[in-house]
Amino acid sequence: MSNIKKLTSKRLFLPIFCMILVMMVNIVYDVANGNFALNFFTISIRNGVLYGRLIDVLNRGSEVAILAIGMTLVVSASAGTDISVGSVMSLSACMCCMLLAGYGVSSTNDLAVPLIVGILGGLAIACVCGTFNGFLVAYLGVQPMVATLILYSAARAIGLLLCNNLIVYVRNDAYKIFGSYLGFIPTPIVIAAICILIMALLLKFTALGLYVQSVGINKKASRIAGLNSSRIILICYIICGLCAGIAGIVSSSRIYSADSNNIGLNYEMDAILAVALGGNSLGGGKFSLAGSIIGAYTIQAITTTMYAMGVSTSVAPVFKAIIVIIIVAIQAPPFREYLRKRSVQRATVAKGVH
Amino acid sequence: MKKNLVVIAAMAAALCMSVTASADEDLITIGFAQVGHESDWRTASTQSCQDVFTEENGYDLQFVDCDNDSATQLEAVRNFIEQDVDYIIIDPIVSTGWDEVLTECEDAGIPVIVIDRTIDDSDKYAAWVGSNFTTEGLACGEWLKAYAEAKGIEEINVLVIEGTTGSSAAIGRTDGFAEIAEREGWTILDSQDGDFTQTGGQEIMESYIKSYEGQFNVVICQNDNEAFGAMDAMTAAGISYGVDGDVILVSFDACTAGLEYVQSGDINADFECNPLAAPFVEEVIQQLEAGETPETVVYMEEHWYVNEDILESITVTVDGEEQEQALTVVTDEIVEAQY
Repeated sequence: MSNIKKLTSKRLFLPIFCMILVMMVNIVYDVANGNFALNFFTISIRNGVLYGRLIDVLNRGSEVAILAIGMTLVVSASAGTDISVGSVMSLSACMCCMLLAGYGVSSTNDLAVPLIVGILGGLAIACVCGTFNGFLVAYLGVQPMVATLILYSAARAIGLLLCNNLIVYVRNDAYKIFGSYLGFIPTPIVIAAICILIMALLLKFTALGLYVQSVGINKKASRIAGLNSSRIILICYIICGLCAGIAGIVSSSRIYSADSNNIGLNYEMDAILAVALGGNSLGGGKFSLAGSIIGAYTIQAITTTMYAMGVSTSVAPVFKAIIVIIIVAIQAPPFREYLRKRSVQRATVAKGVH
Repeated sequence: MKKNLVVIAAMAAALCMSVTASADEDLITIGFAQVGHESDWRTASTQSCQDVFTEENGYDLQFVDCDNDSATQLEAVRNFIEQDVDYIIIDPIVSTGWDEVLTECEDAGIPVIVIDRTIDDSDKYAAWVGSNFTTEGLACGEWLKAYAEAKGIEEINVLVIEGTTGSSAAIGRTDGFAEIAEREGWTILDSQDGDFTQTGGQEIMESYIKSYEGQFNVVICQNDNEAFGAMDAMTAAGISYGVDGDVILVSFDACTAGLEYVQSGDINADFECNPLAAPFVEEVIQQLEAGETPETVVYMEEHWYVNEDILESITVTVDGEEQEQALTVVTDEIVEAQY
């Protein structure tokens, strides 16, 4: 009893519980259809690479997971969201492909500049975007949503300009690797894992996490306590921009092109949702990186489940919305309070019997 | 190659036009309210108008890129009315809400020609020029039937990756193909929306492979980008496709990259959606200039591209009328000449 209680009172219990719940739907569905019950969870090696629905969830969820890292910090430090990440993804992809193919070239098999130059160019412009957002929020005191709204609408258009209004294809195996396979593992999974690992180590071995949370809880008090609040907010936005840049390059490498109209489309919403599903408050302050990551993969698990069940794509958003509402409701404070009260009641009843 | 053709066409047109141009010295002014610049297809459509309606040909083209904003488009059309242009070309971003502004055009005596997308709530335009998407779907079905017979394939199990739900291209192509599939008793295992993007095609195909492992032998993608995505997903799973593969892959649109894959045998057949509307529009304008009444609906000529030279032509029944059209085997020249 006390073990279960300890488990349920853990902060990450509910996010993990929700993710498992979503995946359990597949077991029910498979059993009902007379398939092998663990179809969804079966991982095998096919054609020399990992194969299975679970791998799809991890693979396709990579971009949102990477975005969720930056978004968590931004939400925590500035009590606002960065809605430009989807557009910045597109811009960084365009910059990278434009450098690799050369300006005005719509399709290339050979790289115009070394691969690393293209990648760094893409990441650099994403960092510039992050710095711009961060400067507006931290030093000019613009509301985060308003500040990032500028690049939300402008970044995609800048990307189009960079690519001369074309969809630029880089049909080069070296570039394709970021969206395909590294050995037998899908590369996006590896990239997401590295990003998560680096951020986790940063939070564990530096005071960054503590600083970010304290700025988020009370910016002025943190300033008085000797923290450079504005600089910390700026750093969070730069990290968020960098994450968007990485996600953009992964996304573009998958289709070996810079499709500026579609890369990262609506990803900002998924990233914000990931943070919320992870049990983080969008009001800033305390945060849990692990929660956001779990949230990101939960979103992808819902999408993959929809595909697996063959739900018609025109009605899928309705089901997705219903599942999200349930998950958010389960994590809402009144519901948690109700659960807590019930367990207390049960405990007192149990005591009364003895 | 394409440029040469355009130049020749331009010179020929200029010769014809020189008579009328010298007669009244005036250029025919045309206002064109284009949707935006969201795809290669759209860019080709814009380019086609800019190539045909040149000053040498006797036209003065006012081009407005509406950036997918229908309010901008309405404003652009009203501006054209104020400038008193001779003709207005509209590629409507949305299909409704046009009656008022088209009435204004009519009152001003300016004929409107609608291209590509349709207007549903008004008939106050001179002509519509565009693709017949249902014919494309029917052609795809008829080709598959003939191809399967020629290759001795008896059972056909199809997976469809649809275009954006609700778009006229997706509706027409789905309906056209479904009609043949029903007639022939084929199994359509699943049909999901890939949003006309490569990522969409990849994701849907990845999932199809897991759900219908070993059950399908035909994949129909409703545009080239989706087909590229489906190819990526099948390659990763070790499934062979195309001319020598286990899966017959069919696509629509036939952009240059798509045709390259048809030529290399990765895509079996590609059904064109012609973006070059301008020559057909010019024909309509010439008819109006001559005081004739043009056809209200003008379907553009579209090619059906294949890799193998085993079928000559296919016959499609559109609205009870049989139409026979030759299949085009893709060669280097065709790829180069494509937009």
